[in-house]
Amino acid sequence: MDVWSSLMDGFATALTPMNLLYAVIGVLLGTAVGVLPGLGPAMTVALLLPVTQVLEPTSAFIMFAGIYYGGMYGGSTTSILLNTPGESSSVITAIEGNKMAKAGRAAQALATAAIGSFVAGTIGTALLAMFAPIVVQFAVSLGSPSYFAIMVLALLAVTAVLGSSRLRGFSALGLGLAIGLVGAGSGQARLTFGIPLLTDGIDIVVVAVAIFALGEALWVAAHLRRTPLHAIPVGQPWMGKSDWKRSWKPWLRGTAFGFPFGALPAGGAEIPTFLSYVTEKRLSKHPEEFGHGAIEGVAGPEAANNASAAGTLTPMLALGLPTNATAAVMLAAFTGYGIQPGPQLFASQGPLVWALIASLFIGNFLLLIINLPLAPLWAKLLQLPRPYLYAGILFFATLGAYSVNLQAFDLVLLLVFGALGFMMRRFGLPVLPLILGVILGPRLEDQLRKALKLSGGDPLGPNGLFGEPIAVVVYIIVAIILVWPLLFKLYRRARPAAVSMPATSMPATRSGASEPQEAGGAVSHGSHRADGNPGGDGGDGDG
Amino acid sequence: MTIVVGYVPTPEGEAALTQAIAEARKSNTTLLVINSSKGDSLVDNRYALEPEIQSIEDRLAIQGIDHVIKQPVRGHDAAAEVLDAAEEHNADLIVIGLRRRTPVGKLIMGSTSQRILLEADCPVLAVKAG
Repeated sequence: MDVWSSLMDGFATALTPMNLLYAVIGVLLGTAVGVLPGLGPAMTVALLLPVTQVLEPTSAFIMFAGIYYGGMYGGSTTSILLNTPGESSSVITAIEGNKMAKAGRAAQALATAAIGSFVAGTIGTALLAMFAPIVVQFAVSLGSPSYFAIMVLALLAVTAVLGSSRLRGFSALGLGLAIGLVGAGSGQARLTFGIPLLTDGIDIVVVAVAIFALGEALWVAAHLRRTPLHAIPVGQPWMGKSDWKRSWKPWLRGTAFGFPFGALPAGGAEIPTFLSYVTEKRLSKHPEEFGHGAIEGVAGPEAANNASAAGTLTPMLALGLPTNATAAVMLAAFTGYGIQPGPQLFASQGPLVWALIASLFIGNFLLLIINLPLAPLWAKLLQLPRPYLYAGILFFATLGAYSVNLQAFDLVLLLVFGALGFMMRRFGLPVLPLILGVILGPRLEDQLRKALKLSGGDPLGPNGLFGEPIAVVVYIIVAIILVWPLLFKLYRRARPAAVSMPATSMPATRSGASEPQEAGGAVSHGSHRADGNPGGDGGDGDG
Repeated sequence: MTIVVGYVPTPEGEAALTQAIAEARKSNTTLLVINSSKGDSLVDNRYALEPEIQSIEDRLAIQGIDHVIKQPVRGHDAAAEVLDAAEEHNADLIVIGLRRRTPVGKLIMGSTSQRILLEADCPVLAVKAG
């Protein structure tokens, strides 16, 4: 079998001592940033982009894969012990997980999250290895018109489906596309403002580091002080027999929800975790425990978010379409190495891709054996004074942005886009559409130009934009996505009582914070983005 | 006339509080309990939670001691908060708990107790965990 032998070759590459070392570094780093609210895998990968330019691509991607999966793991620890989700995809975990921890079952909650993540991650990665080549086979037959249509769909879906406000989503997308336009890539200088340094375009690394690292650090610094919380003390995670019995089915069901949603453009990890939670609540033999710490409510959503992480990599590797922030930044890394993402990737970079997939299996296993014993240690990380942390991030951001081209002008750009990232967070603009716009915009234009060249400049002709059946189908989906809210509104107006929105998926209370009796005015209760607005922050979140 | 006590939820902090209560009863003065955090890290186990504060409140009320409990989070370190409170209320005694620190540990981490001992304008009573 072809897939099998390629995968085994991948394992051979990924298991060399050096690559294994990078996997361990990635996994540890990923867990650490997952644990700390506000830091996410997207920011970490962005910060490491310049560092890895000196590494071999295979090693770099093995490390990124470790960070990506590690971030998913780490998020659950903070959710359970602190009720402050480290990431938007762990918001649901906090509901039951923190209740379990408060009831003295933190060890079991952490164990079911970790083992569930391992199970889901392994199955998800296996599905990725199975489906990605099939998607590629299908994708290589696509012409430019279809490919253009699929990219339009991906951009629209991420913009319109995720996040609370479409206006904000489209504003962010517009900003991203505009940044992507800068330069003379099309043979004509656009948006260069007469500055010669802009003719080469803006380096994606600078944009990613500015938006994810600088913007986030400034945002946190803007409301640095808050009433400290107490982490619930925990020993070694473990599970009893009844916990296993109650966990394994939610793990599998969570995986089934997570993978397809992750693979869809704009699927993200929030929707499947929520669906998994609702399903477990309905199927549970102990529905009365939900809301008071039901283990199923941790096992299912945690499995779902890890499976969706694997699912996300399917369109990323097979089509070159990132559907979340971390995948977007990883895609930027591909371009940094001069590797063309897209359906050709499996053919042109086969060994790299299969080593990456193999390293996902390895990373998953490493996470399990590293994280089960180390959970109490990770919780200690939360006592780190944040000024040190963010000072370090700013330092690495600056160093990284400068080292790409060794040009001081890039630092100016870094500051400008960092300020933009800060303002976007301030006004609730999601950052994911922006970064996707920057990355996909130029490729979108490229496909459009190819399609128009083939049709002789006639967009509506037989070889034009609507010339392929797939393209037409995709445009219909795009139309549905755009018109859907309107239809929904009409429907609701017609039958106001019949449609009720599902309850909000966020944990309603943040406990553990005792109100200070004095100096209330001096405390900035800046609720963190991660627990305040999961929809609006593609940035650190769903990676 | 006030006694200021720097409280942290540790054995040393408990010892300081117990001593401070005894002093306050003896001289029949107001007891000002300070428990603060810089608020710059997400988790600070030295910042007392509501139930702990409530139990101290109850304990002081039962003993009939005139008291104020403050939990300032202003980005200042604990020593500064205690010294500020002592100056503001014109305290005649500060009570703190001491814990063993090696010279190197003091060099690296600094010492809250040392700062209070050196900078306070009033007598400081330092107790150790029992």
